[in-house]
Amino acid sequence: MNLFTAFRKEWLESLRSYRLLIVVVVLAFFGITSPLLAKITPQIVTAIAPEGEALAQIIPTPTVQAAIQQYMKNMGQFCLILAVLLSMGAIAQEKDKGTAAMMLVKPLPRGSFLGAKFLGLAAVFAIAIVVAGIGSYYYTGLLFEFMDILDWLGMNLLLFVYALVIVAITLFCSTITKSQAAAAGISMGIIATGWIVGAIRGLGKYLPGELNTWGQRLMQGDTTISWIALGLSIGLIVISLLAAWLVFKRQEL
Amino acid sequence: MTAVRIEELCKVFGTFQALDGLSLTVEQGAVFGFLGPNGAGKTTTIRILTGLAHATSGRAWVAGKEVTANGHEIAHHIGYLPEEPAFYPWMTPREFLDYVGRVFGISTADRSARAKELLALAGLEEAAKRHIGGFSKGMRQRLGLAQALFNRPEVLFLDEPASALDPLGRKEVLDFIENLRGQCTVFMSTHILADVERVCDTVGIINRGKLITAAPREALLAQYAIPAFELEVEKQSEAALTQWSETLKRENWVTSISIEGLVVHVIVKDVEVAKKELLRSITQTGLMINRYEVVRPSVEDVFLQLVGEEAEK
Repeated sequence: MNLFTAFRKEWLESLRSYRLLIVVVVLAFFGITSPLLAKITPQIVTAIAPEGEALAQIIPTPTVQAAIQQYMKNMGQFCLILAVLLSMGAIAQEKDKGTAAMMLVKPLPRGSFLGAKFLGLAAVFAIAIVVAGIGSYYYTGLLFEFMDILDWLGMNLLLFVYALVIVAITLFCSTITKSQAAAAGISMGIIATGWIVGAIRGLGKYLPGELNTWGQRLMQGDTTISWIALGLSIGLIVISLLAAWLVFKRQEL
Repeated sequence: MTAVRIEELCKVFGTFQALDGLSLTVEQGAVFGFLGPNGAGKTTTIRILTGLAHATSGRAWVAGKEVTANGHEIAHHIGYLPEEPAFYPWMTPREFLDYVGRVFGISTADRSARAKELLALAGLEEAAKRHIGGFSKGMRQRLGLAQALFNRPEVLFLDEPASALDPLGRKEVLDFIENLRGQCTVFMSTHILADVERVCDTVGIINRGKLITAAPREALLAQYAIPAFELEVEKQSEAALTQWSETLKRENWVTSISIEGLVVHVIVKDVEVAKKELLRSITQTGLMINRYEVVRPSVEDVFLQLVGEEAEK
């Protein structure tokens, strides 16, 4: 009951602070422009480069796969940036401003407070990815060809899980600090460590970043499933939230 | 019945001992003024009592329930107003009170009625649809009091409720607190002595994390009353003052006399005897007086005396 009450407040805040609108607009913009960019990049290069005609000969003809690749690259990057930006102050700012103390002396369990933050951010990203996904699907269909809708759904679902991993890790960082900047810094540090570990040959396919590659493979008709990456991602979400709750439960406000 | 009971509460921050074996009881229905200089441990005590901080050792009970790590057991029974209440600036006061009501699990109809009642009590009816982000400090403080009262708490904790306000804002908040008498137990921390004098019926004085004294205000004033009289004579009686004071000094009920211009300060051994004898002496001497009074100590006098004694130790 209190989880719902706290979630309701988070949802209202997402609307009133234009958080939802901003994420939807940013992701929809990059979602929709991805197929467009893939389509017109060769034309732009031909038009502006001095040896455009020669270059045009060697640039491959844009395909639907290039559009999908562009989409996943843009969405992956902006989901990461927005997830860090939106989650870094979620707990830290409420602790710093004193609103957490005001509300948590009331019968609002800290677990509900934290859970509502995660669900609120998850809802924002879910809506934004749905809007961006629909827009991009339609434009890709118009400019190239219409793709298998189930594969497209699967790819976006994997993108959503990837965004949730970043949200959960940043929420944990926001819980352990009282400063938004520190939360963002620690979170980026953890993510960068993931990239470094992923660069070690063979390890990348087990990490959350693999979800985006898996999504692109789906669209190519490759049915290879990365269960370990998916399991590790869900595990990271659960562990981050659990750790955040355990820390937050004992924290003095 | 006891509303707040604290036993040997200690709180250590690194090497700093914020609370040092604090023990205290506050009776139900009291408006308790928790007085102390800055850094005495007032806020730390309230944070522990509300479950926002953990005691290093010792125990505490609020509304008959023991305070534990995160205060779940007492959450339904208390109200809390921090020194600088913080709100969600995008909410209106009505929305904030509704949110508080939802957290307490109060039904929609009751929430709406209670919010309306509290907005009226806090004088925020006209601002009910404005965003809290644009509120003045006084308005925020009154909204803070309203939210703390939403669940009709048995014990209301107020941390320096009027310290940051201008004189008008202070008056509004103190009037508000005064009106709570009889509705709930108020545990109010402050370093402003005049606020305690005005609204509190019981006073506890804390310094360096230790309770120096706690008693009903009147009992405390009586206990620390200085047995003294002050009188002010007319200019034409000034010449007779010195001789009169010399005569008076020889009386066995007089401890000392000091004269500052036209004002005479007489410290006596027995107030009741002095009440009769002093006036008789004045009449016999023929002194013309403008003012005559038994000196009554203020909470400030008691506070300064007690905290001063502590500092000397």
